[in-house]
Amino acid sequence: MGQKTMMRLATILERHEKDVLNEWVDQQLAAVTRRRDLVNDQELREDSRRFLAIFRQAAQNESGADADWGEARAFLEDLSRTRARQGFSPSETATFVFSLKQPLFARLRQDLGRDPDALAGEMWSTSVALDRLGLYTTEVYQKSREEVIVHQQREMLELSTPVVQLWQGVLGLPLIGTLDSARTQVVMENLLRSIVETGATIAVIDITGVPTVDTLVAQHLLKTVAAARLMGADCIISGIRPQIAQTIVHLGVDLNAVTTKATLADAFAVALQRTGFAVTRAASARSASPAKH
Amino acid sequence: MDRIPIIKMAEFLLVSIQVDMHDKLALTLQDDLTNQIVKTHARGVLIDISSLEIVDSFIGRMLANIAAMSKVLDAATVVVGMRPAVAITLVELGMSLTGVRTALNVERGMDLLRDALGAPAAVDGVNANAQD
Repeated sequence: MGQKTMMRLATILERHEKDVLNEWVDQQLAAVTRRRDLVNDQELREDSRRFLAIFRQAAQNESGADADWGEARAFLEDLSRTRARQGFSPSETATFVFSLKQPLFARLRQDLGRDPDALAGEMWSTSVALDRLGLYTTEVYQKSREEVIVHQQREMLELSTPVVQLWQGVLGLPLIGTLDSARTQVVMENLLRSIVETGATIAVIDITGVPTVDTLVAQHLLKTVAAARLMGADCIISGIRPQIAQTIVHLGVDLNAVTTKATLADAFAVALQRTGFAVTRAASARSASPAKH
Repeated sequence: MDRIPIIKMAEFLLVSIQVDMHDKLALTLQDDLTNQIVKTHARGVLIDISSLEIVDSFIGRMLANIAAMSKVLDAATVVVGMRPAVAITLVELGMSLTGVRTALNVERGMDLLRDALGAPAAVDGVNANAQD
């Protein structure tokens, strides 16, 4: 059924393209959902003109296959991505397509008013085509937003898992943010790689920046400790805040197998002691400090 | 049938696993090693797995078993040279080899063994290591 009806729409469009475009743009400019702050009138007119031209072409070639709408989809994909980045809401983006219905239907009624059957058929196929395109913009919109989120997540992951060398043979892992299994994996890989590179025998995992420790986070920490031990490095967990100590005990998490310290400084002192280093105050400082007081 | 060689060095036994372990080979090694410990009166066993790229739960258990058996025969066991990927796999499998000593490489492993046996050489070894 599609072929004949869409052909009719195509001929109507060909004849009245300019009028339809003007009506459509006017209507979009007057609509409540208009975002004058994000897209100016000129751009909106240009977008509308290009889309209408593509839509007309697709309607002319319509054979019922999805492939005919490839160009229209590609155009909308572009538009949707741009608007998602500009800060349009998904419904505002889809409205761009849906708002074309009104001027198109008005034209159809004018031309086919005397033939209700043809009018109904034509309106149906036009509606279906536009609905599909409108939904497609929403889909693309969502996808591009997800891409943004994934990108940010990856960036955060890289930012938040540094492994630093505190001393010869002593590594430090300041953890910031919640530990989920994906992050644990990254932390573990970074730590093990650094152990191989530096030949470290002790790693200090500082959890000052970890907001909450539940059983899952504790399990992830213990996994990291176990993996490091398999590589011949001992771990010290430091930066345990009072509340977290309480939570750990209340949850019944067993941290007996690991050395734990309240602060990074304490942990570092233990690490130095185990690697055979000692920190002493220089003689000049020792004599200088009483003089100050 | 191929076997994994067991080298005697002073009071220690060295095992270097250079091929992919299959189950039969692991069992043979277990047999050979316990026999050798008894025969040579070895006091320490060092297992180098730096060439081992793939482990499964069976190999993991075998490593734990060998350590336990050596302990029964009064020989300390050190597993050295584990690759990061292998370590992660073992941990994910839930086998953290709690009874086994580990070290990054053969040199550190030997230090650890001497340390464990309380030999005087161990003190030098640790110090030399810490200063390098």
